[in-house]
Amino acid sequence: MGTRNYRRKTSHSEHGPGDGGRTGSWRVERPVFDQSLCIPCKRNKETCFICWLFCPETVISRTIPPKVDLEYCKGCGICAEECPTKAITMVDEAKFSEEEDKE
Amino acid sequence: MHIIENGNVAAALGVKLCRANVIAAYPITPQTPLTERLSEYVESGEMKAEYIPVESEHSAMAVCIAASSAGARAFTATSANGLLYMHEQIQWASGARLPIVMCVVNRAVGAPWNVWNDQQDSISQRDIGWIQIYCSDHQQIIDTVIKAFWIAEKVSIPIMVCYDGYILSHTYMPFDLPGQEEVDAFLPPFKPEYALNPETPANLNTVTLPDVRLDVQGELAHGYMEIRYLLQEELRTTLNVAAEAEKRFAEIFGRGSDPYIEPYRCDDADYVAVGLGSITYQLRVCVDALRKEGIKVGVMGVRFYRPFPDAAIANALKGKKGVIVFEKALSYGYEGALASDLKSALYEHLAGSGVLPFVQNFILGIGGREIRTDDLTQALRTATQGRVSTEPTWIGLKL
Repeated sequence: MGTRNYRRKTSHSEHGPGDGGRTGSWRVERPVFDQSLCIPCKRNKETCFICWLFCPETVISRTIPPKVDLEYCKGCGICAEECPTKAITMVDEAKFSEEEDKE
Repeated sequence: MHIIENGNVAAALGVKLCRANVIAAYPITPQTPLTERLSEYVESGEMKAEYIPVESEHSAMAVCIAASSAGARAFTATSANGLLYMHEQIQWASGARLPIVMCVVNRAVGAPWNVWNDQQDSISQRDIGWIQIYCSDHQQIIDTVIKAFWIAEKVSIPIMVCYDGYILSHTYMPFDLPGQEEVDAFLPPFKPEYALNPETPANLNTVTLPDVRLDVQGELAHGYMEIRYLLQEELRTTLNVAAEAEKRFAEIFGRGSDPYIEPYRCDDADYVAVGLGSITYQLRVCVDALRKEGIKVGVMGVRFYRPFPDAAIANALKGKKGVIVFEKALSYGYEGALASDLKSALYEHLAGSGVLPFVQNFILGIGGREIRTDDLTQALRTATQGRVSTEPTWIGLKL
């Protein structure tokens, strides 16, 4: 006793992407950015980033263009819902797996 | 220093001496005078703590969970339906491994409404991963509160210090008030294994999966089952920590006893009465009376109820002809919970030895029904002549 630290006795993690584990294959849709509509891309300025702010999994980067870590993105669509210019579209994962199959 | 005070004040003095940082409680009879006294200590500046008034017991425990997560020594107290209202949060406290100490001033639970003493409240919270210690007098209340903080913080498991409502909470008794210096020597300031800090944000008690998984740091993180297994494993080893606490306490305060059980005239006894809390002291009177009649009987109080000191109990009851369990609570639909636990311990440790004592279960004092020493003596006398019934037998019932 006492040798096992608190993190190991409880469910405890540092805040960050992937806190809930890797998404695996169960995501139904993924966010795709249209850079012609995305405000930071259009203005080439570090602004807006509403998607980054709202992402509950913190998997969207605060960069130009914003990037999504698909390893952990759950496909919830909150970013698409919140984007003021509708620059994000949720695209069916089946479409990507078909493309991967072709490759 | 010897003082004369009631049981609730004994508990409050213990909490003050332990320098609890945060107290959150909602008043409920018969716990009220305990938290009233603590609020007075905080208000007068006699105690440097944050007293957080809350609108319910559920919130009281939520505040203690938050405070303990942030590294504060947290205390609360409740009774009966207040404890039941905490049910969801107290399980969170044990799962989150927070060393909160809570006094449960035992009282009957509704319905029907009743504010008097029995132990159904804490017994109904037996299986939730808290340590439960029962006290039989005021000295034990104050000493147990002090030991409880030490044990809880050592093992990161919360503790209920249980004592009978009115019989202990509202009666006055002389007891030794430990000195602040001695308590400080016994109980160092709380150093949490982990404390929430805005500079290093973290997620506590996040969702776990059925299986283990890689965490953000890339380390293999336990699943729910591993975390729950560790709670069980470390609750069992808490028995050793309790012995260590008792030894340390005896060294500093000059008093101490068996950390798990409190036997009285048991050594040469053929029959042993067993109970939790103040009933065991009343039983001592019956034992003395029956000894004069030549009946070899003793009484054993169970102080540590969870984790259950099964080996110590079975060892103490080895070679006895009968074990007579007096309980102020029961597992409705079967029998007293302590009787079941005792049978389990006896079977576990004595099965195959050829001698298993019979276990007779008496239910009494439910909802504060008066426990007459005459009735108690008569029940004990009858049981020493053989098991009365396979079903729990009720004493003082007026049907």
